[in-house]
Amino acid sequence: MDYFVELLFSGLTRGAIYALIALGYTMVYGIIGLINFAHGEIYMIGAFTSFIIATVLSIYGFPLLAIVILAGLAAAVWSSAYGYTIEKVAYKPLRQAPRLSPLISAIGMSIFLQNYVLLAQTSDFLPFPTLIPDFAFMEPIAHIVSSTGITILIVTAIVMLLLTLLIKYTQIGKAMRATSQDKTMAMLVGINVNRVISVTFVIGSGLAAIGGMLIAAHIGQINFYIGFIAGIKAFTAAVLGGIGSVPGAVLGSLILGLTEAFATGYISSDYEDVFAFSLLVFILIFKPSGILGKDETKKV
Amino acid sequence: MFSRKELQRCLLISLWFVFLTFPIMVIKVDPFERLVYWRWENMLYVAVGSFFLSLIFRMLLRKNEGGGAEALGADSLEKTPIVTQILETPKYRNTLILSVLAVALVFPHIFSTYQTNIMITALMYVVLGLGLNIVVGLAGLLDLGFVAFYAVGAYSYALLHLHFDIGFWIALPIGGFLAAMFGIVLGFPVLRLRGDYLAIVTLGFGEIIRLVLENWGEFSQGPSGISSIARPGFFGIELSLNSAIIYIYYLMIIAIIITIFVVNRLQDSRLGRAWIALREDEIACQAMGIDKRKTKLVAFSLGAFWAGIVGVVFAAKTTFINPASFTFLESAIILSIVVLGGMGSIVGVIVGAFILILMPEYLRALSEYRMLAFGAVLVMMMVFRPQGMIAAIRKTYTFKKDD
Repeated sequence: MDYFVELLFSGLTRGAIYALIALGYTMVYGIIGLINFAHGEIYMIGAFTSFIIATVLSIYGFPLLAIVILAGLAAAVWSSAYGYTIEKVAYKPLRQAPRLSPLISAIGMSIFLQNYVLLAQTSDFLPFPTLIPDFAFMEPIAHIVSSTGITILIVTAIVMLLLTLLIKYTQIGKAMRATSQDKTMAMLVGINVNRVISVTFVIGSGLAAIGGMLIAAHIGQINFYIGFIAGIKAFTAAVLGGIGSVPGAVLGSLILGLTEAFATGYISSDYEDVFAFSLLVFILIFKPSGILGKDETKKV
Repeated sequence: MFSRKELQRCLLISLWFVFLTFPIMVIKVDPFERLVYWRWENMLYVAVGSFFLSLIFRMLLRKNEGGGAEALGADSLEKTPIVTQILETPKYRNTLILSVLAVALVFPHIFSTYQTNIMITALMYVVLGLGLNIVVGLAGLLDLGFVAFYAVGAYSYALLHLHFDIGFWIALPIGGFLAAMFGIVLGFPVLRLRGDYLAIVTLGFGEIIRLVLENWGEFSQGPSGISSIARPGFFGIELSLNSAIIYIYYLMIIAIIITIFVVNRLQDSRLGRAWIALREDEIACQAMGIDKRKTKLVAFSLGAFWAGIVGVVFAAKTTFINPASFTFLESAIILSIVVLGGMGSIVGVIVGAFILILMPEYLRALSEYRMLAFGAVLVMMMVFRPQGMIAAIRKTYTFKKDD
């Protein structure tokens, strides 16, 4: 039973991280209908930035709380800046181009960013500093769920809540919903669509950065390649839930996280990534619109 | 050429990039020794580099926007690019083809074995590029797992040779057909999906194949790979290493000629026109009575077939394969070849393959930056020249008003 609960929590933690990344995919897709391949790389850059800042601060002897806050902030700020810039350089000039063009451009961006970090930093796995201490009150259940795991779940829940409030009640949230429904119409009623798109990229990137920092703290090591697999998995989660739908992304992520945790726990850990990809292939075959997605009719 | 305002903007952009690249470019930490390196000189490089790049970017963008609308009309009438002109005039074209062929035939006798070996790699990528060109360029299906079919070809020869001692010439068609079968098996369920989903599924498929090859040790000997695969036989005569390489070189030349011939004929066939129609608009294409799924499947499996063939040649050439040769980067390189050269353009793909494969070989200093450049090439080509270096010549029909 303990093993089951342990796997359950491990699945939920994974799912929470996937959700933070998947939201970026789903929001961008909802607004401009583009799979932002470079999103996994943004997550990686978030993890790297927080790693660098946290290590520097810890070497200079800052207190732990300050390190956590500053590293998190730096990760979010720089990732958002990257997201914003990527959109301006690689996607904005291609708004009117055929569908294949922005997709190829996105893949190019992803390869570029991976190698940029590889060349500017290193290709080795780097140990991530311990950011979240083992809480005393977690002692009795520490063998089932770690303090980091619990922190991930709580932080994700708070972030989701804030995001929902933002989309539901603020002006920019309203503008985002309008743009995702009909871009031309949104423009006609005076919404600055370019600004909305930029904001979407910034928010999505910020979320991915937080996810990146949390998972790096959880796993304890990073390298330049973590964004690739995480990106595909988060995309799988987004598709599973119905791409374009925010609650769908969260649901899909949790399902994917649990599937992976149980499959690796009970079947085999060698094929961890194969489970995720197979799940993706199956969803796409049987329900391409996802669990909460809407069926799309296409016209000439 | 540039107004003051523009220069100011470029300065702002370069400041922005300095900020953007600050943590990754400037700071480097050593977590084991607990040391921090501040690489301030990188900041200067970024500032100067991004300033000039943004100037160029701005200039190109302006040219694109200014020229875009009118060029469309004017281009087709008089301003056909010089390369297209050469390709369209039979006299020049035939001279070009003959001279390239002549150079290709004497190449291994003039240059060293090492050079010939590099040339074989380039030729292999030409065929891979032409195969992917069918899928991406003609049919408009973005396949990011192309390397999986390449792996299927290579492993089918390696395993057949290992277990049944089957020779190169029998394995060649088997590898091709197995890859084509994989293409159909993968294509059948996913081809009704839209393009971007297809991209991800093929990407996932490519990774699955690699992961299975890596983890299923009893089947594929895992990460250590399969070694001592036989080189292609020459009528039962044992060849020395040098002559074996020259032999493979000529095989590749023949393979390329066949590929070009087939792709060229396919392009103008009923099937090829159906692919192009499918690429342009799926629904309109279906309305014209084209069986969408069948057409896509054929494109997919034909592309896979070429990849399988090259896979067999690859296994025979290196005599050793392991899963590390079949990563996503490989797919990305092949895709870059097609995109850089020009989607749908045979000459473009050939030129693209030579540039992308030979340049890093001869500029060893730059090979570190190879993947960085590939990424940048994909983005830049899409933004500034989506049709590629040598654009595909579209079939045009002109009505002559002769009284």
